Amino acid sequence: MTTLTKTEDTPAPTGPEAFLSVRDLRVRFSTEDGVVNAVSGLSFDVERGKTLGIVGESGSGKSVTNLAVLGLHNPKSSAVEGEIILDGQELVSASEKEMEKIRGNKAAMIFQDPLTALSPYYTVGRQIAEPFMKHTGASKKEAKARAIEMLDKVGIPQPATRFNDYPHQFSGGMRQRAMIAMALICDPDLLIADEPTTALDVTVQAQILDLLKDLQQEFGSAIIFITHDLGVIANMADDLLVMYGGRAVERGSVREVLQTPKHPYTWGLLSSMPRLGGDLDEPLVPIPGSPPSLLNPPPGCAFHPRCAFTDEVNGGLCSSEKPLLATGRAAACHLSAEQKQTIFIDQIKPRLG
Amino acid sequence: MSKNVTLPHQQGSTDAGPGEPLLSVEGLEKHFPIYGGFPFRKQVGAVKAVDGVDLQIYPGEALGVVGESGCGKSTTGRLVTRLLEPTGGKITYAGQDITHAGRKQLAPIRSEIQMIFQDPFSSLNPRQTVGTIIKSPMEVNGINPPGGRETRVRELLETVGLNPEHYNRFPHEFSGGQRQRIGVARALALEPKLIVADEPVSALDVSIQAQVVNLLQKVQSELGIAFMFIAHDLAIVRHFSQRVAVMYLGKVVEVADRDSLYTRPRHPYTHALLSAVPEADVDSAKKDRIRLSGDVPSPIMPPSGCRFRTRCWKATEKCASEDPPLVQISGNREGHLTACHFPEEPTLSRGKDVVLDPALAALEDGHTAKD
Repeated sequence: MTTLTKTEDTPAPTGPEAFLSVRDLRVRFSTEDGVVNAVSGLSFDVERGKTLGIVGESGSGKSVTNLAVLGLHNPKSSAVEGEIILDGQELVSASEKEMEKIRGNKAAMIFQDPLTALSPYYTVGRQIAEPFMKHTGASKKEAKARAIEMLDKVGIPQPATRFNDYPHQFSGGMRQRAMIAMALICDPDLLIADEPTTALDVTVQAQILDLLKDLQQEFGSAIIFITHDLGVIANMADDLLVMYGGRAVERGSVREVLQTPKHPYTWGLLSSMPRLGGDLDEPLVPIPGSPPSLLNPPPGCAFHPRCAFTDEVNGGLCSSEKPLLATGRAAACHLSAEQKQTIFIDQIKPRLG
Repeated sequence: MSKNVTLPHQQGSTDAGPGEPLLSVEGLEKHFPIYGGFPFRKQVGAVKAVDGVDLQIYPGEALGVVGESGCGKSTTGRLVTRLLEPTGGKITYAGQDITHAGRKQLAPIRSEIQMIFQDPFSSLNPRQTVGTIIKSPMEVNGINPPGGRETRVRELLETVGLNPEHYNRFPHEFSGGQRQRIGVARALALEPKLIVADEPVSALDVSIQAQVVNLLQKVQSELGIAFMFIAHDLAIVRHFSQRVAVMYLGKVVEVADRDSLYTRPRHPYTHALLSAVPEADVDSAKKDRIRLSGDVPSPIMPPSGCRFRTRCWKATEKCASEDPPLVQISGNREGHLTACHFPEEPTLSRGKDVVLDPALAALEDGHTAKD
């Protein structure tokens, strides 16, 4: 079993097998309008060779979390607190020099939009070879050979000629493949994929997802996969973290979360999604309202203004007290376990068809 | 309200039976010229964005148009609304040829064909209030509803689920989903017969998408408006449309009623598209995997013959030389047209994976060899 699904009696530890563990992460940005609590009190673990999926809407803090792991926030305008431990090394307090050694080497990132993430000024090959030269001290020639090997591995035809092309000469799917080659060139142990297929067409998306899965099998890296698409997550991830308003609201293995979701937000997400095999006469059940502003989040549970089940909780706890997310398979909600089960079986399950 | 200039009856006829199509498109083409050369610039080529599209939309029906980016689905939408001038082909609206109709001739028709745009952030004028935005189509067309335009706007705001008191607010005060509702209200202001919705939900968050889809569905069934629903998300199109057309590189490759297209597709491309849709069900019966290689070819130099042949696993020489016509293949239901020389069996399960991507194939061979 994975660390994410541990039973509750084991304290939330950084087990030796957890390759990356994040504890009580908080990221704040100060803006003209006030302080934005983009991420508050987030904890998770990722094991080697496993994939952690993070889902959430825009503004739920999923990208901010992962930029924090790689130390990519501007220290002037943001404050990162908590613990991020990658392979035994503390990253929140690490200096820029130490981070430079980690980025692209031990931990690499695949960005959402490959056109803006690649520099238009350098050839694709040079951009792919650069981290390899920097981290291994390889010569230009060795790096070129390695980059061509990587281009071939990710399925770019004629990699030796394509090495000298500029990003604008690549199509969208090929650019994303080049980004993957760049991220994997130093055999990173942790790969963060931030919506890597959102900008792509479905047929290309399917190719890229399969490619990532196969490469993970070969390289054995841990992957954090960020997306808003539950379908993509079901395909890719082992464990799942659902984020809302800067906090984790539910976590568990993909199977547990998608089949027996426990948080009203996850219920809402699942029942608002049309499915290819779903019942056509059933209308979709959207989540009412819109995501909260992080400048001035609602008191108590951030989801309570949109939640249909607040009446079932006694004493108005939902609007006064923040529900906590226990370790292991859990959901941050004031509803009792029995209530959740009855609501899910009576009201939510029939909708999912 | 607005006089029905072209169609005197049909309000409320929601069953999309055959009969007179509301809009019919034949061999529609749009080629965007590419200029080059020195010192004299001349046309050196053309982007064949839409290259021979045939479609019919019946009154009160929702026709879904799906395809990958660059397949010409948005251009088709803009041609139908006559925001673009077609290069060739014919567009007939309610029996009237509007292919090259002039401004005057189009004026009564413009109010009956409305559009909802993809991006709710750039399709609303930030300097106008919501009231002005929704009112202006009525002003342009000189329509004076009983009770005044403002009353009508407030009614419309209520129809789309916004507070009528938002009349004097500006677009920036609204969230993405609410803005898209304003766009819907603007499209409804003239009581149109046909709404072309170009990716109306793809810019919205997952939890908001369903709100807008439900709103559009309500509008469609209650007001009997025909929709051309353009999207790349096959699940949403299935949910919304009665008939679905699949486009690839400027052509319609398959069109059928929803049930046939999603359960008995014949074109290999439709099979590939359906197999590529990720499903949120962990235990769903494993679909056959079809992984195409590479991306969609450039519409500047589309492949000869069948356009899909460069990525198709069944392509032969015939596919390169002959362009397959869009016809009803034996065994298909009425109205299910497919453009393919070697159609697939009319079922979803194929019993075999197709992996054309060279990198994937190499990696997977490696894995199986190790096992």
